[in-house]
Amino acid sequence: MSTSKNNSFGRPGVRYAMTMDTRRCVGCNACVFACKAENALPAKGFRDWITYTVKGNFPALSELIRSERCNHCSNSPCTTNCPTGASHVGPGGIVLVDRGMCTGCKACIASCPYDARYVHTDGFVDKCTFCVHRVKRGLDPACVSACPTKALAFGDLNDPDSHVSELLRYRKHTVLKPEKGLDPNLFFLL
Amino acid sequence: MSKITRRQFIKISGATAGAAAAASGLMTHWWGADAPSGPDPKTDGDKVIPTFCEICFWKCGVLAHVKDGRVTKLTGNPKHPLSRGRLCPRGLGGTGLLYDPDRLKKPLVRVKKRGEDVFEAVSWDKALDEVAEGLLKLKDKYGPERLALFTHGYGGSWFKHLVKAYGSNNIAAPSYAQCRGPREVGYWLTFGQGVGSPEMVDIENAKCITLIGSHLGENMHNTQVQELADAIGKGASLVVVDPRYSVAASKARYWLPIKPGTDIALLLAWIHVIIKHKRYDADFIEKYAIGFDQLKEHVKDKTPEWAYAITGLKPELIRDSALFLSSFRPASLIHPGRRTTWYGDDTQRLRAMSIIAALLGSWGRKGGYLIPSSMDIPKFPYTKYTYKPKFVADKPKESLYPLSDETLASGLCDATIPGVTPYDLKGWMVYGTNLLQSLPNPEKTMKAIQALDFIVSIEVLPVELTGWADVVLPECTYLERCDNIWAPAYKQPFIAVRQQVVEPMYESKPGWWIAREIAHRIGLEDYFPWKDSMEYSKYRVKAAGLDCHKLQEDGVILGKKVPVTIEEGLSLTFDTPSSKIELYSEQLKNLGFDPLPEYRPQSQPPPGMFRLLTGRAPMHTFGRTSNNRFLSQCYPENEVWVNAEVAASLPEFADKPLRTGDRVMLVNQDDARSGPVKVRVTQRIRGDSVFLVHGWGHTARGLKYAFGRGASDSILTTKFKVDPIMGGTGLNCNFVRLEPWHGKTAGEQEAKA
Repeated sequence: MSTSKNNSFGRPGVRYAMTMDTRRCVGCNACVFACKAENALPAKGFRDWITYTVKGNFPALSELIRSERCNHCSNSPCTTNCPTGASHVGPGGIVLVDRGMCTGCKACIASCPYDARYVHTDGFVDKCTFCVHRVKRGLDPACVSACPTKALAFGDLNDPDSHVSELLRYRKHTVLKPEKGLDPNLFFLL
Repeated sequence: MSKITRRQFIKISGATAGAAAAASGLMTHWWGADAPSGPDPKTDGDKVIPTFCEICFWKCGVLAHVKDGRVTKLTGNPKHPLSRGRLCPRGLGGTGLLYDPDRLKKPLVRVKKRGEDVFEAVSWDKALDEVAEGLLKLKDKYGPERLALFTHGYGGSWFKHLVKAYGSNNIAAPSYAQCRGPREVGYWLTFGQGVGSPEMVDIENAKCITLIGSHLGENMHNTQVQELADAIGKGASLVVVDPRYSVAASKARYWLPIKPGTDIALLLAWIHVIIKHKRYDADFIEKYAIGFDQLKEHVKDKTPEWAYAITGLKPELIRDSALFLSSFRPASLIHPGRRTTWYGDDTQRLRAMSIIAALLGSWGRKGGYLIPSSMDIPKFPYTKYTYKPKFVADKPKESLYPLSDETLASGLCDATIPGVTPYDLKGWMVYGTNLLQSLPNPEKTMKAIQALDFIVSIEVLPVELTGWADVVLPECTYLERCDNIWAPAYKQPFIAVRQQVVEPMYESKPGWWIAREIAHRIGLEDYFPWKDSMEYSKYRVKAAGLDCHKLQEDGVILGKKVPVTIEEGLSLTFDTPSSKIELYSEQLKNLGFDPLPEYRPQSQPPPGMFRLLTGRAPMHTFGRTSNNRFLSQCYPENEVWVNAEVAASLPEFADKPLRTGDRVMLVNQDDARSGPVKVRVTQRIRGDSVFLVHGWGHTARGLKYAFGRGASDSILTTKFKVDPIMGGTGLNCNFVRLEPWHGKTAGEQEAKA
């Protein structure tokens, strides 16, 4: 999904998801910088980040690099635990925070097993929005558009012809903390 | 908490908003498509201006978003062949340079002793008059050739022109003798041409990519990394030779954790295996190359078992990797690397790599090396340089480093110390390069500077070097200026334009203006007949028959694609004395060098010391970005990588074993000290080496963010080995030990204050 022609935003039955290809990713942080610039985030605010997991002992080593962010869980404890209704599920299953309704109580932060949220300098809780303002216009999230290795893809999981559906059909993949049963929509291609 | 299945979720999404919320029975709050959601941060520009990047020297196409006079974000120009719509992390952080509060804001003139970094802010007129006076005096007293220009970056073209017009040919960039020089000469000896920048390699079509010390992925030359990912996506394999488990090594089919300094032995053993098992391209060698028999004889006894004793790599690993990488020929790319100045025998190592490339038949082949061309863009007509340049002063004797094909920056620095070369340099103009970090042994550079009559620095940031200048001229950043147009040799030739995105901040000025103003003050106005850089660039674009408007609109115009491989119909020619690929180099033999690469042992670190290796992090372009607060959000300072087993057994740290995050001092064999720097205890490096990302440990107080952060590898590089063939400075010859550190860092002290 990258043109406005096949803009699925607001259509019923859409389930947005992101795939992150760990084979392509070099952990360069372009996704992080693109997000920070696109969303004008404060210095200490991060909506996405890179993790590097090294296993083994020299010289028998392996490393897995992931670009992580909110998993936009289909079963999202952050929204169910939000006392004010600020954290909510938006169109296409995108988990969002209504800044005006957020009191900064951090119940959502406590309930998120992925540590995907932070308190913005302006007092509200902030997190990845899948760049909903771009998705509305039929654009990919900023991190997806920016990634030099094309490790990230975004689209409608319920559309069998979408790039993400195709990738998940043909590539071995995993989600983070499947045991939590949150049905996350961020998939890691192995 | 109730569990919602995927199936249920789909049903819910299909229903109307209110009904869904009610039907689900969950506390999930649901808004419809029109309800308020994540607010639009509105960082899209009112204007989007195409230009090209200068955060590194790859020069990717950028789209700069400008809103209310401020650059809100930078994205990749989809039309530009180097960015293909995507920038690397550093390019995304160009705003961190533009809005760096520590930028040089006004012209400065030195008021105390040179090097004390005490200046007075003056008007441009006063500063430029002072520069003009310095240059005229120098010319009168000694002659114009006594002026040296050190330059790095695309804006330097104006100053090269100025200095040539003035009458000196002593112009150098550290990107040659301190970086890619040995590579250019090594390949030139074998194939009759170097590999240039952007490197002429076809990574995206390679089926196997071999990296020798190169760490693409951490070294973020954008197009190369994009192509590397594309190649991996298509199933290409990697072979990585590196004492450190680089990111590329983590994706490799074979990682060869080689003992540093023994690469030539490995390469000779690889050649041995490739020849012995007849894995070379016999037709290609027969048709294009000479010297195969001598090569075969030369590597007869260079078995993997022989190399094992030297490199520490098991014979089967050497044999298997050689058979593996050769099985993909010709689409098996031996990547030429970039910073290749390691041990002083570098041209020979690059020769060995070029010989393997020839054996694989990958020169001028799809998935190997490409033979690109550039667009023909006429020059702006100006008065011809009238001076007869004296020989360049970068070598103590004219007979030394006979094959250097560019001027040695380190050599010009040496030539400033009285009596080293046939004539002493007396004035420096330094553009865009912090010589106290980019040249090895900063003590020596300071000594050279003290011997100068005059030194002027043109810079964006108050780096170490500006502190040593007599006059400092604040240049604006690449986002605030137009420069010369750029039309490099590339597989798809193109011409790109750097355009001004926003007005220069403070009193900073573009380089073209500074050079022109100086020229006008020293009687060289005939050499600068253009009103501004736009007029200059437009003239050249029009003279090439291209549409200026389209170039400004798109940032780039693509040229006609011509064949770049044999597969596309290219016929290979070689600009060597024999007009063939020279596996055996008669040229080297005639100059008294090894005609075929030989392995010679390097000195090894004494007990308790470690070889200092350096490289890159993807978020930084060495010292150029270490003060960039935007980029530093993800990489605030460098760390010294120490092998985990070693860290646990260091006698200096017997009381409290080293852990990641502890700070240490690094002390080299000549007692040069750097740090305190954070330790990264890791399995990802050999026990005989430590690793630092280059460009940290700033001592310039004006760099308020970077000052005192991390360790400077430059300070620890007091020793270097000069490549006798081309004068490159092998920098990986220094050994360091780790000392405990208990105090506060300079940065922390400043922060507290």
